[in-house]
Amino acid sequence: MIEISNLVKKYGKNYAVNDISFSVEKGEIVGFLGPNGAGKSTTMNILTGYLSATSGSVRIAGYDILENPMEAKKHIGFLPEHPPLYLDMTVKEYLDFVFDLKKCNLNKKKHISEIVDVINIGDVYKRPIGHLSKGYRQRVGIAQALISSPDLLIFDEPTVGLDPKQIIEIRELINSLGKSHTVILSTHILPEVNAVCDRVVIINKGKIVANAKTSELEAVTGVRKMKVKVCGPRTEVLSAIRSINGVTGAEILPERDGDSTALLVESDTGADIRKPIFNTIANRGWQMIGLEAFSASLEDVFIAIIDKNKKEEN
Amino acid sequence: MGAIYKRELLAYFKSPIGYVFSAIFFAISGICFVSTTVSQGSTNTSAYFAMVLMFFVILIPLLTMKLLSEEKKLGTEQLLLTSPVSLVGVICAKFFAAFTIFAGTLGVSSLLNMLALYDIASQQEYVIAKMNLPTFIGCIIGVLLIGASFIAIGLFISSLTENQIISAVVSIGAFALIMASSAFAANINNTVIRVIVKWFSVMDRFIGFQRGIFDITALVYYISLTTVFLFLTVRVYEKRRWE
Repeated sequence: MIEISNLVKKYGKNYAVNDISFSVEKGEIVGFLGPNGAGKSTTMNILTGYLSATSGSVRIAGYDILENPMEAKKHIGFLPEHPPLYLDMTVKEYLDFVFDLKKCNLNKKKHISEIVDVINIGDVYKRPIGHLSKGYRQRVGIAQALISSPDLLIFDEPTVGLDPKQIIEIRELINSLGKSHTVILSTHILPEVNAVCDRVVIINKGKIVANAKTSELEAVTGVRKMKVKVCGPRTEVLSAIRSINGVTGAEILPERDGDSTALLVESDTGADIRKPIFNTIANRGWQMIGLEAFSASLEDVFIAIIDKNKKEEN
Repeated sequence: MGAIYKRELLAYFKSPIGYVFSAIFFAISGICFVSTTVSQGSTNTSAYFAMVLMFFVILIPLLTMKLLSEEKKLGTEQLLLTSPVSLVGVICAKFFAAFTIFAGTLGVSSLLNMLALYDIASQQEYVIAKMNLPTFIGCIIGVLLIGASFIAIGLFISSLTENQIISAVVSIGAFALIMASSAFAANINNTVIRVIVKWFSVMDRFIGFQRGIFDITALVYYISLTTVFLFLTVRVYEKRRWE
């Protein structure tokens, strides 16, 4: 659906995007992740044809965005960082306008009313956009992206500035859109990626530092974590667990459950250390009352990857 | 392109700006018309049009100040430029929307003026001949062409900023300079500068129309001036996209 190869965007002497390449398959929901100023918005603006790249190419549904912009743009629904809304228009007038602007061939009335239902903006349909709250404006922005019934949706930080309930609603919406669309969304909020995306592309300082399935992200960092609860003397338990083969680190968590001690144990992704832990504790006569996989949060992954990158640079 | 044109026309009447433009235009043209023709019992409208043109310095910026600056400020240009519409299409749609409001207002006021001309002329024989229509129609064509050039220049200035006040002030300054250029061009000693300033003196080429002469070189001049500034506006966007 999208093929990006060797994309470079320079502002003066600075690289906003520095030689990135990746592709997105049809039907995928891809999270585009990175700290503020990493080059996410720049990349998205290039994908949609709003900016031109210094070098490199972007193909949307087989059409080059520079050589054949008209065809390429017909496949894209874009929600920029700030939804592009005319505040003096009502939602109805605005969606009618976007429908005409995108040269859409469907039945106008029926198509727009379907979208209004899906996005749930029926109760503000006749109101001026300038009077709407941030959450509703964001929805109208998403409706705008859907109007041309594109097969590719590009959302730039779709949940920024929304309240928690709205965030959940928008995520659910994106999830349901993902069933029939290819979606690429940028964010710097990590749980969002876990909640929504099949795959993550992490970008930092204009370069891609990771590109993996959301479920395989742990493997990227090379660490697996689990939480173990043991009833026994704290320091001895800690040193016993640290001495197990395959354990790369252990620490006591500030968590109490009766007389037990909770430990966070790190191991290599290759080794399964659950049996050795159980045996060690049982042999000492202690009791294990809990063992759960502590999947590395995206925060950990993110920081680990960026740190790793820094070290490699040095 | 049609969608943008339609929206832009609508926008003029969603905000007070369209009404304000038309109201000021009618007031100014009314006062000028009465003082140069009706009160003199004359049907010669060349002085009237020359006077109205002076007010274009403040009238045209009303139409053009927010055309592109507002799009930039609201971020809606991102919608326009990522839609399957060419850049030239976007700029032309904006231009023609402003031109439509301008020409429509001029049309309505000209109809009223014609009625008044008929009334003045009907006091004498040969009514139609006395109405002095060649001058009147020639001037309208000239004013339309000058209006188009000014709208293109205003549009260009509005593409340079996201602040409509700055856009308006710069446009007023530019139009005032253009209006004054024919007056001070004669006093410039340096030939090169004089030729350049003369080239911009939009008013000089209006004289033919005032005499009821359809001057093809003036037509070409105004259309070229308009095209050049529309082209420059397109270039502003292209440059911004690439830098």
